[in-house]
Amino acid sequence: MENLGQLGQYLGAGLACIGMAGAAMGVGNVAGNYLSGALRNPSAAASQTATLFIGMAFAEALGIFSFLVALLLLFAV
Amino acid sequence: MISLLQQTAPVVVEESETVIITEHGAEAAAAHGADAAHAAAGAAGHAASAPGMPQLDITTFGNQIFWLLVVLAVIYWVLSRVALPRIGGVISDRQGAITGDLMAAEEFKQKAKDAEAAYDKALADARAEASKIVAANKAEIQKELDAAIAHADAEIAARAVESEKRIGEIRASAVEDARSVAREVTEALVQSFGGNADQGLINAAVDQRLKGALQ
Amino acid sequence: MAVTEEKVEGLVFHPMDQFTVKPLFGGTEIHWFTPTNATLWMALTALAVIALLVFGTRGRAIIPSRSQSIAELMYGMVRKMVEDITGKEGLKYFPYIMTLFCFILFANALALLPMSFSSTSQIAVTAVLAMMVFVGVTVLGFVKNGTHFLGLFWVSSAPALMRPVLAVIELISYFVRPVSHSIRLAGNIMAGHAVMKVFAAFGAVAALAPVSILAIVGVYALEVLVVTIQAYVFTILTCVYLKDALHPSH
Repeated sequence: MENLGQLGQYLGAGLACIGMAGAAMGVGNVAGNYLSGALRNPSAAASQTATLFIGMAFAEALGIFSFLVALLLLFAV
Repeated sequence: MISLLQQTAPVVVEESETVIITEHGAEAAAAHGADAAHAAAGAAGHAASAPGMPQLDITTFGNQIFWLLVVLAVIYWVLSRVALPRIGGVISDRQGAITGDLMAAEEFKQKAKDAEAAYDKALADARAEASKIVAANKAEIQKELDAAIAHADAEIAARAVESEKRIGEIRASAVEDARSVAREVTEALVQSFGGNADQGLINAAVDQRLKGALQ
Repeated sequence: MAVTEEKVEGLVFHPMDQFTVKPLFGGTEIHWFTPTNATLWMALTALAVIALLVFGTRGRAIIPSRSQSIAELMYGMVRKMVEDITGKEGLKYFPYIMTLFCFILFANALALLPMSFSSTSQIAVTAVLAMMVFVGVTVLGFVKNGTHFLGLFWVSSAPALMRPVLAVIELISYFVRPVSHSIRLAGNIMAGHAVMKVFAAFGAVAALAPVSILAIVGVYALEVLVVTIQAYVFTILTCVYLKDALHPSH
């Protein structure tokens, strides 16, 4: 039975890591849109780097949450 | 072993909230009449390593939070009392120095411009002075030259007059000589032809002849 | 628990052991005052900050030395960030924000030294940092604006029907702030270090060792970037939250 529990733990941890793919797409989306906007209007780009980082941080945080869930499943359950 | 550890992990965490780790935990567990194997495993688990994620080990939280607050207080105190005023002061000093330097540079530029203007003016003055001197000298030289030319002209005129006079004299004496020669020749010719030479007639005839030739 | 003790084909993975808090001078008990490795590395962080910002600038030179230029660069960057985001009235809180930035940056950077302990990977540490910001900003918002501060949750530009729904969402997102604020930092640092440890464990197999070294170099380079970006992001989010407290117009 404990093997079944372990199986669930590992499966869950692996599934939780799928969440990181979403975060990766999100961060890539933020950076890509920033770049395309910056290439269209380079003069406005410098003033928006702070917004870029904030957006990336928000997108990335969710990936970190999924990573945390994976770690919790692996080590803390 | 693994399954044992897994089972005991929650128990250990619960205990650690009330009692501080290891022997105490083991004793407490034993005192509570818990399974001896549980207590031993709990003690062993703690001795080996903290529970799975060390970050979730609540027993260390008080320690970390205390030292974090101490460190933050130290950094805040140092920054707000020493570092930030100093850096702000240095930056504003630099700003002031740059502004001062720019103003000084502006001043120097103005001075240089003034100096250039003064130099130009001096140069123009000197040029004007020089041309004035040149003109004055020229006029003086012209005057001297004119005087010299006039003097020379006068001398030349005087000499010309004198020369003229002498030429006239020479010419007159030459005419006179020619006339006397002609008279003597005429007288000798008349006498050789046997005639009686009348002085008056001869003179008249010679003069008449010479009038056309010598004039 | 299960995995740390496990051996997989001779490979031993202990990716989380580096985060264990241990007493410095023997013993196993950790009281609130016990000097631990966490204490040591946080103290080193404070020393590094003081070394750069106090001893680095002791010349007060008009033409700065290297360390003074770095200190001035950090000062200028954080000050400009605070001023740009919160406005002039936010400059009162600049020393605290600078403290946060310096502490996180240097704690992150020192954690990259081999055998070091990463203070900012501890949930306890980042949670305290984030909660201090959260509580401070909330109290400040109510002190400065009174009940007007609640306008932050009442989106007056939305249709009237939507406002209560949005208010609930805004309220939830407001209370999630310290969670994401702290876990973002701790998670980033923890993730990077754990990944390095996992790759390091592969180094035990001779055939995999070169790949392992290359991977560690790559992850390390990424971590150097993450160290700075996380310090920047933590600071900039603090500024954004502070702006909400000072100007709660939505």
